[in-house]
Amino acid sequence: MSSEAHAAHGHGHEPGHEEAAHGSMKGYVTGFVLSVILTAIPFWIVMGDVFREPATAAIVVMVFAVAQIVVHMVYFLHMNAKSEGGWTMLAMIFTVVLVIITLSGSLWVMFHLKSNMMPGGTHTMGAPQ
Amino acid sequence: MTAQAPASTVPADDGVNFYTREEHHPENGTLLGFWIYLMSDCLIFAVLFACYGVLGRSYAAGPSGADLFDLKLVALNTLFLLLSSITYGFAMLEMAKNRTATTLLWLGVTGFFGLCFLSVELYEFHHLIEEGATPQRSAFLSSFFTLVGTHGLHVTFGSIWLVTLMVQVARLGLTAENKRRLMCLSMFWHFLDVVWIGVFTFVYLMGTL
Amino acid sequence: MTPNPASESVLFGKLSLAAIPLHEPILLATFAVVAIGGVAVLGALTYYRVWGWLWRDWLTSIDHKKIGIMYMILGVIMLLRGFSDAIMMRLQQAIAFGGSEGYLPPHHYDQIFTAHGVIMIFFVAMPFITGMMNYIVPLQIGARDVAFPFLNNFSFWMTTGGAVLVMMSLFVGEFAATGWLAYPPLSGIESSPTVGVDYYIWALQVAGVGTLLSGVNLIATIVKMRAPGMTMMRLPIFVWTALCSNILIVASFPVLTATLALLSADRYLGTAFFTNDFGGSAMMYVNLIWIWGHPEVYILILPAFGIFSEVTATYCGKRLFGYASMVYATVVITILSYLVWLHHFFTMGSGASVNSFFGITTMIISIPTGAKIFNWLFTMYRGRIRFELPMMWTVSFMVTFVIGGMTGVLLAVPPADFVLHNSLFLIAHFHNVIIGGVLFGLFAGIAYWFPKAFGFKLNTFWGTISFWCWTIGFYVAFMPLYVLGLMGVTRRLSKFDDPSLQIWFVIAALGAGLIAIGIASFLIQIYVSFRDREALTDTTGDPWDGRTLEWSTSSPPPAYNFAFTPVVHDLDAWHDMKKRGYVRPTDGFIPIHMPKNTGAGVVLAGISTLLGFALIWHIWWLAGLSFVALIATAIGHTFNYSRDFHIPASDVVMTENERTRLLGAGA
Repeated sequence: MSSEAHAAHGHGHEPGHEEAAHGSMKGYVTGFVLSVILTAIPFWIVMGDVFREPATAAIVVMVFAVAQIVVHMVYFLHMNAKSEGGWTMLAMIFTVVLVIITLSGSLWVMFHLKSNMMPGGTHTMGAPQ
Repeated sequence: MTAQAPASTVPADDGVNFYTREEHHPENGTLLGFWIYLMSDCLIFAVLFACYGVLGRSYAAGPSGADLFDLKLVALNTLFLLLSSITYGFAMLEMAKNRTATTLLWLGVTGFFGLCFLSVELYEFHHLIEEGATPQRSAFLSSFFTLVGTHGLHVTFGSIWLVTLMVQVARLGLTAENKRRLMCLSMFWHFLDVVWIGVFTFVYLMGTL
Repeated sequence: MTPNPASESVLFGKLSLAAIPLHEPILLATFAVVAIGGVAVLGALTYYRVWGWLWRDWLTSIDHKKIGIMYMILGVIMLLRGFSDAIMMRLQQAIAFGGSEGYLPPHHYDQIFTAHGVIMIFFVAMPFITGMMNYIVPLQIGARDVAFPFLNNFSFWMTTGGAVLVMMSLFVGEFAATGWLAYPPLSGIESSPTVGVDYYIWALQVAGVGTLLSGVNLIATIVKMRAPGMTMMRLPIFVWTALCSNILIVASFPVLTATLALLSADRYLGTAFFTNDFGGSAMMYVNLIWIWGHPEVYILILPAFGIFSEVTATYCGKRLFGYASMVYATVVITILSYLVWLHHFFTMGSGASVNSFFGITTMIISIPTGAKIFNWLFTMYRGRIRFELPMMWTVSFMVTFVIGGMTGVLLAVPPADFVLHNSLFLIAHFHNVIIGGVLFGLFAGIAYWFPKAFGFKLNTFWGTISFWCWTIGFYVAFMPLYVLGLMGVTRRLSKFDDPSLQIWFVIAALGAGLIAIGIASFLIQIYVSFRDREALTDTTGDPWDGRTLEWSTSSPPPAYNFAFTPVVHDLDAWHDMKKRGYVRPTDGFIPIHMPKNTGAGVVLAGISTLLGFALIWHIWWLAGLSFVALIATAIGHTFNYSRDFHIPASDVVMTENERTRLLGAGA
């Protein structure tokens, strides 16, 4: 599967050989500056009541979080499709999928449960609202 | 990977070779193994986030996030963690240049920021409990304390590990083994920062909205 | 908060002499048997002066083969315990009719069905599967050991530590009486104030650490340690299924750990996650535990599928039909297993849209599984089938598992599930797939790889008796449960009013008796084979004309597995080597780099078990002390940098010359 790609990577057989990237000064500084910006904006949005609708603010804040997570992955964790023959990337994509399933699935299931079973729920057995 | 045939073997088509005469060194799996462990840790946090998502509005007539959270404190803590991330990065750059003393220096700075983070978090928890917002008060507070506390516990163990590694580097220098350990801790440390992004966004910011 | 702190002593927590169940004659008798047996074993070990050998060569061993065998032994011991629980339940249900209370008081009965489920899943099926993967995977990929040999030893001892806690609950205190998943609010502190649930929680937490780490270990092994030339599409199919199974372990066991941690927070700290008041939601626990629970069944069945694939290919003398489709089916099952968890609680009330989604995903899983059945059938088609024991188990599996799979699809239909949920139909279904799938797979695997591990084949006569007793016994024991379930009998009942049901329970009890004979025959088979090992010996290392690399080395394999690392050119590497005239190297041996044994795993797991025990009994000083000791020992272990050594070339030469001699004598 990944062996061909990895063979091209070309490394010796000496023991203790490390292939993980250490990054560069420029990379870390870029990551740090981007992180500060991507943190400051959502805090400003919430603390300064920038949006009238909380829902809008929530979505915008979440987009910033996703962006910052990507920044951390790239500049601090040095994620790329090549390290460890692509296995770290594959593992991460798989995990992200499972995390999304766990989070959204639980919320979906429990929200419907609440609206169907709790007093004051919508009492429709289909999608609420 | 181990899949490529070493030079000492011949392709199958002519004069088939079914074993390698020289010692075969499979690649070290520590970094990958540790990464896989981190992915499993991700799922622990996924469960805690899911709990917070489901129970986070069950105040049981108690205080809500908007009543309790002090965003200035959270912003300060976020800064501490971000600073510790970049200083760990500097330690890794020094490590790549095989400079033991400066590596230790930056690791020390990282540990300092880690402790700052933990102190602020403990102060926050103490303050909340003083106000009567204990983990037992409501499902919201149970899930809040557990999620944030689990992250804090990770930082605590990361700090203990950091000190251990500093002792080992000071005693034995930047050996291949120690470098590998430092890289594992680096992944752990940055991973905690990633989790914190989720925490301050979902818990603090969206809880205050 | 913890209830009645007044009744807890500082020194012993909740533990007192009253915790020892002197008033329960069944437990007392069991304790007597265990104690006498234990003393006999310890005495024998001392008499034959084998403690040192046991400690050096086995308990502290980081050889994946020895750890694999120790996992299998743990599985067999716990199987006996779990099966005792089963036969006690069958007996109780067969006699508790028409006003009879049976012989088990309800509270004891509740603990038995809880212990049965917990033990069979966590301490029988898991150790068997992990042990099998541990032993076979490195050999099949041409590696000398797993990626993290010390971690492997530690994982085994953590699993054992969990098993020790469960066994301890028999004689000190009690076990949970909540059912095997300990749903709150029943498992909450108000409904279960005693230590039963705490035993459950800490046994699973301790064992769970072991399972998770062994999962990480085997993934890293398969990804990093494959022999040169072994690309992913040349992996033996058992290794593929092991990879997927371990991916599921790593992805799902954290969910169990976190969920149980939240339950313990409710019990120990008084938080409100799953409580009835303060905004908690007990259904959230059900939701979370099944996010782990459903992948768990695939963790068990996937390696069994792998075993059946290896066995079918070997005993039909053919390459596995549709290797690529088998791989894709395995991967698809791995991912889909994450999308079906709600089918365990359709009746919870999430509504039509949620239920239909999860019903459909559940039905979709049967497609790749069905594809696998066809692959095995097509492998057999026009093959030269040798009906050795493993192949017999495989055929029996195919019939049995298809029945179990079809009843599963029935249960996947939400309206049908509203009728059948929590009934004996469900019990029959999951025993049908777990016995007919996982257990038959393990027996096939044991019969298949036993000669590899020990150098002699298993006795066929007793094996055949065991096989028929298990197969027939399974049908006699569980088909009546389908009938009862359709008639509306619910699970976990200790007595019945309707006398017309009794005959079915009597039949089921007879089936359990047959299975008991099957287990006994299996043990006799091991004993007889050991006694007659000279006659059953296999000097070739390849008694079945195998196809994968484990058969290319001697039986049992040397500590270093392969004197020279094999180079792989095709799927079924060993078959390819034999076909193309591979000549075994007999000279030029070099020293081999190997990891060193260490006692750290035993010590760490021992302290963890002690920590669990202290937490169960609220002995806070001991908990604190053992926690600090655990951290200190773990840190201390990281200061040990000398973890490997070289097997000198002269030793390799000696071992390999002996093999040359045996091969020559056999020819």
